[in-house]
Amino acid sequence: MDAAEQQLAELAKAGYEAGFVSNIESETVPPGLDESVIRYISARKNEPEFMLEWRLEAYQNWLAMEEPDWAHLKYTKIDYQAISYFSAPKSAGDAPKSLDEVDPELLRVYEKLGIPLEEQKMLAGVAVDAVFDSVSVATTFRKQLAEAGVIFCSISEAMREHPELIKKYLGTVVPQTDNYFAALNAAVFTDGTFVYIPENTRCPMELSTYFRINERNTGQFERTLIIADKGSYVSYLEGCTAPQRDENQLHAAVVELIALEDAYIKYSTVQNWYPGDENGKGGIYNFVTKRGVCAGDRSRISWTQVETGSSITWKYPSCVLKGDDSIGEFYSVAVTRGAQQADTGTKMFHIGKNTTSTIVSKGISADRGQNAYRGLVRMNKGAENGRNHTQCDSLLIGDKCGAHTFPYIEVANPTAKVEHEATTSKIGEDQLFYCRQRGLSEEDAVSMIVNGFCKEVFNELPMEFAVEARKLLAISLEGAVG
Amino acid sequence: MLSIKDLHASINGKEILKGLSLEMGAGEVHAIMGPNGSGKSTLSKVLAGREEYEVTSGTVTYKGENLLDMSPEERAHQGIFMAFQYPVELPGVNNTYFMQASLNAIRKARGEPELNSLNFMKLVRTKLKALEMNEALLKRSVNTGFSGGEMKRNEILQMTLLEPSLAILDETDSGLDIDALKMVSMGVNSLRSPERSMLVITHYQRLLDYIQPDYVHVLSGGRIIRSGDKSLALELEEKGYGWLQQEAAA
Repeated sequence: MDAAEQQLAELAKAGYEAGFVSNIESETVPPGLDESVIRYISARKNEPEFMLEWRLEAYQNWLAMEEPDWAHLKYTKIDYQAISYFSAPKSAGDAPKSLDEVDPELLRVYEKLGIPLEEQKMLAGVAVDAVFDSVSVATTFRKQLAEAGVIFCSISEAMREHPELIKKYLGTVVPQTDNYFAALNAAVFTDGTFVYIPENTRCPMELSTYFRINERNTGQFERTLIIADKGSYVSYLEGCTAPQRDENQLHAAVVELIALEDAYIKYSTVQNWYPGDENGKGGIYNFVTKRGVCAGDRSRISWTQVETGSSITWKYPSCVLKGDDSIGEFYSVAVTRGAQQADTGTKMFHIGKNTTSTIVSKGISADRGQNAYRGLVRMNKGAENGRNHTQCDSLLIGDKCGAHTFPYIEVANPTAKVEHEATTSKIGEDQLFYCRQRGLSEEDAVSMIVNGFCKEVFNELPMEFAVEARKLLAISLEGAVG
Repeated sequence: MLSIKDLHASINGKEILKGLSLEMGAGEVHAIMGPNGSGKSTLSKVLAGREEYEVTSGTVTYKGENLLDMSPEERAHQGIFMAFQYPVELPGVNNTYFMQASLNAIRKARGEPELNSLNFMKLVRTKLKALEMNEALLKRSVNTGFSGGEMKRNEILQMTLLEPSLAILDETDSGLDIDALKMVSMGVNSLRSPERSMLVITHYQRLLDYIQPDYVHVLSGGRIIRSGDKSLALELEEKGYGWLQQEAAA
């Protein structure tokens, strides 16, 4: 084999960049779901009794519910009894107190993903609560945050250390009965992140969690709860990658945000779960419920998401604008190519007076990718002077992909004002030729045009995340044209 | 510099260029004139490498190499620049960023060091000044919401930045008021040099008052039917194309 051939063979083998399985020994319960599995999870996590009861209640609710089928998605039915609901790296039995105690193999996995904790400690002041499979194994910057009074820990730890906050807020934004996947999550969630920002506190750094699916056949059920007390501010970053798989993997996370008076929560996501092969085989099913409540007057919640991965994305980060003068925002880029399908959007519930919401959605479809925007803007009776502006743009690359828009608008207050704009465009031969005539390669031209299309959303991302998102977009669309 | 021999090109099966031949030496400015539908724009697009156009026969040699073998970006790297008749909007793509990426792509392909943002800004400011343009254009998205005049000025700005060896101006004068026309001409004239050739495609003699061509060619029915010096342009202005077409047909 000559050098070029060898290179080619290696490239062909490489496939999905983040696709590898690390061989840390894991403890996994056999597939299947019944009460005993839930009891096992709860016991393993040393949860207080009220949590077990809450989980069992959720399980009963889930049993009575049906999987929703209204989304613009096609996939083989999920066999919930074929999924294993708990997996913990063995070394997590007695949690490491510092990075030195972390399994070196685990650290190498993170390094492969380009997120060495050691470096991140020094870089940019980002604290990382790394979720490896289902158990948090490393938490950094705890001390600095503790000095500010910020609680940033795994949700399992919060259940043990701060049961009063969990009792008060868990399930208040996304109740157990909210939807099929949220109910399942409530019953079996294994870990996630908890954040509490005290009154009048600006969180001293951006908080970040990296999720990673690692164990075969293990559903990932994360639960995140963020509470920003009066007058506080926090920016939270969530990013994910996953190793290559043959079976479809279910991911059903729940995120709840609570912003009290004058508080501001900024939640940014870059989602890069394994999308499956060109036929979608092996990709992640991503059924996520994300919702925030602007509980206090003048509070603000801002969702920004860049969705490039997963074979199925079902996700509608929403805002409940209860407080007067509260603000809800949703900025989204969703990319689908190959056989990827996304049904994503947002819901803005205007309840308080003078509430404002902004929706900017950018859908990009290539190959056979299907991208649907589904959004609801509801102005309740009391939403005096409510304002919404929605901008929904779709970009098509090639002629086998699809873009669909399902905007729902419900207005019960005559003073409210709702605007909806939508465009669909195609990356034109004219645009590509113009760039190439100026010396740019076709790949660079596509990347530039797509990044231009997404600019308004990327502007909302924290700087380092924006850089990552641009790179991710370029990688995701490699070879999409031509 | 450029040698076109018996070029035939078609789009969607329809032949537009029917045996076009043209020789351009280094440092020469050639004007191509002709009525609508004569193939002027097709010629510029074939030279720039637009893939929809199929070259069915003939040869194009540029700096001694087969131009038709090169991709559009390779042609750009080799010093071919086309000022578009209809420049294309790139929403959200910052104009300065675009021009820097373009210049650096070309420099990189030539093995020259890339310019950092600071040095690029210095360069672009001197070019703007020379063209008496204001900086506001730099902050906007490429051609997005530009007026016709702004688009053409922006094309000329890019041309002066990239300093091509062969500049093709595809009806750059169409739709321009007299001030914009002067500015475009100033840009073109500032680039005239013994190493640089220019192909100025135009519908009107007006542009040639400002850009004095060495040669004028009349394109009709996909072929050059008459070549001459700039006096030919004046003659055309006076008499129109009809008499030449009749002569060619005879």
